[in-house]
Order: sequence, then C-alpha cells, then structure tokens
Amino acid sequence: MSKITQTQITELLCQRLACFTDVEAEISPETNLITHLAIDSVKLLNLIMEIEDQFDISVPLNALVDVLTVQDLANLIYKIKLSS
Amino acid sequence: MNLLEKLDAAAAARKAQLPEGLAAFGIPIDESYSATEARIGERRVLMLGTNNYLGLSFSAECREAAHKAIDQEGTGTTGSRMANGNYYGHRALERELAEFYHCRECIVFTTGYQANLGTISGLAGAGDVVLIDGDAHASIYDGCILSGADVIRFRHNDVIDLEKRLRRLGDRSRDTLIIIEGIYSMLGDQAPLAEIVKLKNVYQSTLLLDEAHSLGVLGETGQGLVEKSRMINEVDFITGTFSKSLCGIGGFCVSNHPQLNQLRYVSHPYIFTASPSPATIASTRAALQLLRDGSSLREQLWKNAYQLYSCLKETGYCLGPEPGPIVAVLLDSPKRALTLWNGLMAHDIYVNLVLPPAAPEGKSLVRCSINAAHTTEQISRVCETFSKLYPTVTQ
Ligand SMILES: Cc1ncc(COP(=O)(O)O)c(C=O)c1O
Repeated sequence: MSKITQTQITELLCQRLACFTDVEAEISPETNLITHLAIDSVKLLNLIMEIEDQFDISVPLNALVDVLTVQDLANLIYKIKLSS
Repeated sequence: MNLLEKLDAAAAARKAQLPEGLAAFGIPIDESYSATEARIGERRVLMLGTNNYLGLSFSAECREAAHKAIDQEGTGTTGSRMANGNYYGHRALERELAEFYHCRECIVFTTGYQANLGTISGLAGAGDVVLIDGDAHASIYDGCILSGADVIRFRHNDVIDLEKRLRRLGDRSRDTLIIIEGIYSMLGDQAPLAEIVKLKNVYQSTLLLDEAHSLGVLGETGQGLVEKSRMINEVDFITGTFSKSLCGIGGFCVSNHPQLNQLRYVSHPYIFTASPSPATIASTRAALQLLRDGSSLREQLWKNAYQLYSCLKETGYCLGPEPGPIVAVLLDSPKRALTLWNGLMAHDIYVNLVLPPAAPEGKSLVRCSINAAHTTEQISRVCETFSKLYPTVTQ
C-alpha cells in the first residue's frame, strides 16, 4: 500500500465515486464532484471517512476547500499518504 | 454564475426536492398559549417539536424575574461584555453556573451557537486538531472552521473509530480537541462518555462536551450526561445553551481549567457581539434554580418519553437508538416523512420535519420532542394519531 501511485489512487477514487453518486456519468480525473456528480457535502464527508480507512490516513475537512475535481482529491490523498 | 444566480439555483434545487414540503419549514406560530399548545393559522396545535424539555417557558418565577429586570435595567445592554455590556446579572449567572457544575470558571455567551464558536475557536488554532463526532451540530462544525485547526470526523458514537483516528495522529493527539454531545439533537441518542474519557486520557487529548440537549434532562440535578456518567472531573470543557430546557437564549462554557478565562480576550464570538439582555439573563437565572430543583420535572419528562417511545416502537415505526426526550421517527424517503408530517398537522400535532442532508445517513426524520408539561392524555393522543397514520407511511 505504501507504494501506491497517484494514478492508482485516481482509479480507485473513480470506482468508489460511482457508488456515491446517483448521476449516470463517466467519471474521469477532470470530473467535478459537485457540479457533475452532485455529491453533496454529507456524501463527500462520508466518502472521506471511507478513504481514510482505506489508506489509513486522516484527511482534514479544511483541506477539502481546494478540492473541486476527482484529480484534486487524488492529489490531496497522495500528498497526505506520502507524508504519513 | 454570479452570486445571486447561485442563490437562485439553490432555491430551485430546494423546490425540486419536495415542492409540497416547503410549508413545513419556518412555519408561522401565530400565538403561543403554553409550554404545550400554540395556534398555527386556524388550528390550536399540540406542540411536540420544541426544545422546552422541562416545560418552563411560562413559569411564573421566570416571567417575574424577566419583568423585573426590564423595569430595573432596561431592554438591552447595547454593548459587548468587553465594553459596556458586562452587567451584574451576567457575572452572577457565571458564578451560579460554575457552582452548579462545581467548576472554577464559566463564560456566558450571547447564544449557544456562539458558545461553541467562541470556545472551539478560542481553544484550537492552526496546527491543532479537532476530532468531532460525525453527527455534531452545525455550531460545532462552524466553530471548527473558525478555529483554523485540522478538522477530522469520527463515525457517530463509534469509540473504535475514534481510537483509530487518535492513533493515526501520533504525537498530535496531545494537541487534539475531541468534541461530542450529551444527547444528539437529531436521533436523541447519548454519547458513550465513559469510554471516550478513557481514550482521551490514554491519548492525552482535551475533551469538550456540548450538553445543549442534555442539560436539565440527565443527571440527578440536571447537569447533563456528565452527571449521569459521574465524569465531571474528567471532561475538560462543557458547553451548553439557555435556549432549550432553560427557555431563554444564550450559552455558556464551564471548566476547571483556569485558562478558560483567557478566552474572554481572544474569542471573537464573545467579544464582537452584544451581551444577552437583562431580561434574558434574569429569566435564565430563575430557570436554572428551577432546573436544579426539578427532579420531579425530570421524572415526568422521562415518563412521557418512555410512553411515546414504547408506543411508537410497538406500532412498528423505526426509531432512534434509545428512548429520551427526542424521539426521532426514521423514514426512508422525504416524501414519506412529509406524508407523516402532514398527517400529524391535520390532527393538530406539530413536530419537526428533517430532510437530507440535515438528517443523518440520508434518512428523513419526523422528530418529536417531549416535555415535562405534556400530560399523559396528550401523549396518548399523539400515540393514537401515529398509529392511525402508520398505514399511510408503509404502503
Ligand atoms: C447540540 C447543539 N449545540 C448548540 C446549539 C445552539 O444553541 P442556540 O440555539 O442556543 O444557539 C444547538 C441548538 O440548536 C444544539 O442542538
């Protein structure tokens, strides 16, 4: 798990996000979580908890203010994972 | 999208969610008759959706104290506690609350919302961590944002999940503020305080307990979960509000840490707002005395709570995890919740309607809250109505 790459994180996120959204859409790194997938704040917070457990990290909610796309979220997770 | 267009889009989304449900929110209360009855339009309704747990909103002692304060001190303080708004009553109430909790320090804030904002943002800052229960109240979330600390959620009332997150923090757990509530406002369940205290001691964190809904409700003298669990010496900071069982408006933080006093000089939600009005403080002081002496009120409240919880359970409704003054009926769609809410209103019973995302786990809630002034007959009437309406939410 420690050698996980940014691409792997992005792929994993795309898979998980498909379960969290009711919107039928192709999910790519550029997909906007709110405008494209209609992920509301509560869904996003629950997704974050799952991600935290999956990668054994803590993602502070305040770090999410800069997250718009799947790629932004993947970058954040990668950064936290690297420094943990 | 410009600023106003964004608001239009939000309004459209809200309307689209449940167009016929808009009337349920912010319903105009035209007259309030007592702690249990009000007029809404042409209807005289039974109020089963207030936070008036001890039923003190019309108590003679509180009204008299408020009248006297208006006559003697005027209608408002027109200033901050740090300037011209620091009256005798504010200081007396702080002493009385400190004594009630056997704590050294107390700060009174203008609302319960500000008590959380002011305490959390005064205690934690950039580089610190705040660990909050997933079902925490919005005032706790907002306090966290104001603090600038790293905010991490743990799964609601899940001690194993909390420990996992404390462990991940490593040494940072010592700079961590854990925040929980005595009774959670939506589902009405209580925090596993003793187990959380054990963890906070092992990880050397600081614990803040919000007793907003448990003050007056739990414990022999009504201190809240802290008294029921006999943990007063273990919890670092307790916040609470005057707007529920004390039937006023305002909030407080008590602590045995002398450093609490320092918050008066750094906490914006304390400094940059006017202090509570003399009448509010006077009625709150009178209510606090009634609350402390109110074991028979608590007895009646719990009797009512058990009556409603057990009868709704028997009828087949899906309820929050444990009986208490908040009895939440969980429904799997906003539409069903609204059907039940409308049905109750048609029978002159007012309850709270809570739709996603405000309700936990994507559920919709018909949230009832009981008080000590409800009679057995009133609760029986509510039970019969719920039972009559059951088929409408299951088909
Ligand atoms: C858990 C909790 N904390 C704080 C508050 C805020 O209290 P107030 O209404 O006094 O601002 C509330 C009230 O809704 C609450 O439910």
